[in-house]
This record gives sequence, structure tokens and C-alpha cells, in this order.
Amino acid sequence: MDFNVNHPLFFALAGLVIIFVLGQSIFFLIKAYQEARRLGLASKVLRKVMAGSAIFSVAPAVAILLGLVTLSKFLGLPLPWMRLSVLGALTYELPAATSAAKAMDIPLNQTVTDPQVYATITWVMTLGILSGILVILFFQKKMEQGLDKVKNKDQKWSQIMMDSLFLGMIAAFMGMVFSDIRSGLVGWIPVFVMAFSALVMMVIGLMVKKLKWTWLENYAMPLSMLSAMAFAIPLTSWITGNH
Amino acid sequence: MTKLQATQNYRDRVHVWGRVSLALALIMFISYPLVLCIHFDAWPGWWPVFKGLLGVAPIYWTVGVIEALTFGPMLGSGGAYLGFVTGNLTAMKVPAAIRAQQVSKTEANTPEGEVIATIAIAISSIVTTLILLIGMLLLTQLQPVLESPLLAPAFDNILPALFGGLGVVFIAKAWKIALAPIAIMLAVFLLFPQLAGAVSVLVPVSALITLGFSRILYKKGYLD
Repeated sequence: MDFNVNHPLFFALAGLVIIFVLGQSIFFLIKAYQEARRLGLASKVLRKVMAGSAIFSVAPAVAILLGLVTLSKFLGLPLPWMRLSVLGALTYELPAATSAAKAMDIPLNQTVTDPQVYATITWVMTLGILSGILVILFFQKKMEQGLDKVKNKDQKWSQIMMDSLFLGMIAAFMGMVFSDIRSGLVGWIPVFVMAFSALVMMVIGLMVKKLKWTWLENYAMPLSMLSAMAFAIPLTSWITGNH
Repeated sequence: MTKLQATQNYRDRVHVWGRVSLALALIMFISYPLVLCIHFDAWPGWWPVFKGLLGVAPIYWTVGVIEALTFGPMLGSGGAYLGFVTGNLTAMKVPAAIRAQQVSKTEANTPEGEVIATIAIAISSIVTTLILLIGMLLLTQLQPVLESPLLAPAFDNILPALFGGLGVVFIAKAWKIALAPIAIMLAVFLLFPQLAGAVSVLVPVSALITLGFSRILYKKGYLD
């Protein structure tokens, strides 16, 4: 069979990788669940965590699906399917594919037909992202031991340290949201969306505290996220004037 | 076996499972282009691959290393082994882990917080895989909906929508730690808006700044 980007062989290879990673997730899920029970975490709490995590993941996963649609026009289905199901994120895969295409002077708006071009792009996408995995593979154990040392020395600082890491990440993204505001009102859209999400989160927080609606806590993040995404639709149309 | 020993036992085994599965995953990732080259006898040659890599590797290898050094401790070992194979860390796996720890009232870098993060990341990976599978099977039906101009602003704003809520949770938890990095990052992005594309590089920078400030606050007794 001649080469094409949707060759059955590619579907088989991508499918194998995805089944493997799915198996890995299920294995870690079972082991962590058993360990959590042994540590004394109630199964009710764990079920709540699992349900909440599943709901939370839907919106980002649909955004990834959107990336699949974008990449598939250029690279066919199996490669983006595999890359985005495991390992990659669109923020990486798109620049990687673009860079490889540019290196060979290939246009990005039509499907690849040459196996050699496809192979080059595939190698670039694969090799370009391996560093994180290699660090985790070889150094995660060392990092864990380092953290244990800090924790044994000073329990309180160890907790502040973790909060600082999380807040550092959050602060970077919150700052990024403001990067466009000099382009006028349109540039403020992400800021308003973020403020809306924050507001919904605060209202939910109040309801949990004042009304004792503790069940709501588990859905706070997906609710604030989805409502802010929905808010972006009329807001954008209002600001850009496309009624 | 005491409880402490059992916990240590689990943590040791996580490294074995994690390393074996990570190594296998690596082999599988590489086998895709390898099998393709063998089957179609289409070897790209060193030069084009090198040229393509030159455009991405210097940035992404650096980002990958610092992401591993930042997120590895945040997620705990089980979560890190799983999260780095399944990807999409900043927009999905890390927030999922934070959310789960918050709901279950557990802390990162404790045995409880670590298993909760692993559970959240595993569920998140499974959901992503299923949605992508369904999405791929129904692509022709879904494509017009996903690409409709009506929904575009919603997907364009997924990160602000995520970090607004997440920000409130963490600022409420530790506002004293939050003030300095938020002010600094705000100034950075207002002065150099072009850095928006390099936010993954700024995450560890911001984490380091935050660590520095918290250390000072802690030493001066403001965090008691």
C-alpha cells in the first residue's frame, strides 16, 4: 500500500502507544487508590476526587481535540492523535511541526504526501520533547530525596516551599493574561475572563462556607472555568462589535 | 510492617513502576518514526532532522528540563512519572492535581497529597484519551462545531478561565506569598508583552522569585 498520512500502519502504531499509556494510567490509578485507602483516606473522598477530576478534565480535553483538528489537516489523523493523547501539548506540537516544515520549505496548509517529509516531521516532533521525560526518568528519585531532606529539617518551610512553587506558576500565567492590554479593549478580554472566573470561584467559596454546600466544592474549578469560557463568547462579540 | 515502612515501601515501588513504564513509553514513542522509516524505506537523513530540531530543541529541551525540575516536586513521584508521559502539564495535569489536593484537604509533598495527585492525573489522562478517541471517531460531525466562530472565543480564553479560579484558591490560601510574584509577573508582561509566547520559560523563573521572597518572609517571621 502506498504512503499516505492516514495509512492503517500509523493507526496501529498510534493505537498501540495509546493503549500502553492508558494501561499505565489505570495501573497507577489502582496502585495509588490502594495506597490512599491504606493511608486512611475515605473511599468517599477518593470517589469525590475522581469524579471531580474527570469533570474538570473535560474542557481542557476538548481544547486538545481542537488541536487535533488543526494538526490533522497537515499531518493526517494518527500522528496528532498519538502526540496529543500522550506526551505533547498543542503549544509544543504545532511549533515543532512548523519548524520541521520550514526546514524543508514545505507549506503548512496542505496534507503531507511525501513519506520522507512525514518521517522528518515525526522525528523532529519526537526528539524535540524528550528532555523532560529523561530528567524525570533519571532524577525524580533524587528530587524526592532532596524534598524529604528539606521536610525532615523544617516541616513548615517545606509546605511554604510547595505553595511558593504553585503560586509561582499561577503568577506567571496571571501576568501573561495582561500581556495584550496595550492593544486596546480587545486586549482586555482575557483579563475580564480571568476576573469572571475568579468571581465565580469566590461566589462558590462563599456558598460552600456560608450555606455549607460542601458538595459544590468539588465542582468549583470546572464551574468557574466553564462559565468564564462561556462568558468570553458574548463578551468578545460585544467588544469586537460582531453582533 | 509499621505504617511508615509501608509508606516507604509504596514510594520505592512507585520509582520502579515509574522508571520501567517511562522507559517502555520512550521506546514506544521512538518506535513510531522508526517503524515508519523502515516500512516505507523513507529515511529523512540527518541534516533535515537537525535543521528542524534546531528550531525547537534549544527552547523545548530547556523548557522540558525546567518543567521537570518544577513540576516533579509539585506532583510527587507517581504523578510526575505519569504526568510527563501523558503531557499537557500546565493547562491540565498540574491544575487537576492542585484541585484534587484542595478538595481532599491534603497537601503536596505528603504521602496523602501525593497519592491524591496521582489519582487526579491518572483520571485526567484517561478522560483525555477517551475524549480524543471519541472526537477522532466523530471528527466529521464534530469539526464544524469545534471550529465554529461562535465557540472560538471560549477556547481562546481557556487559560485565563482556568487561572482565574485557580488563582483565587491559592491567593486565599497564602496571599502573603502571592503578592510579590503576581506584582512582578504583571510588570514583566506589561513591559515585555512579547514574552507571552514564552510563558513556560517564565514559570520556573517566577517559581524561583516566589521561593526567594517566601524565604525572606519566612525568616523574618511574617509567615507564622
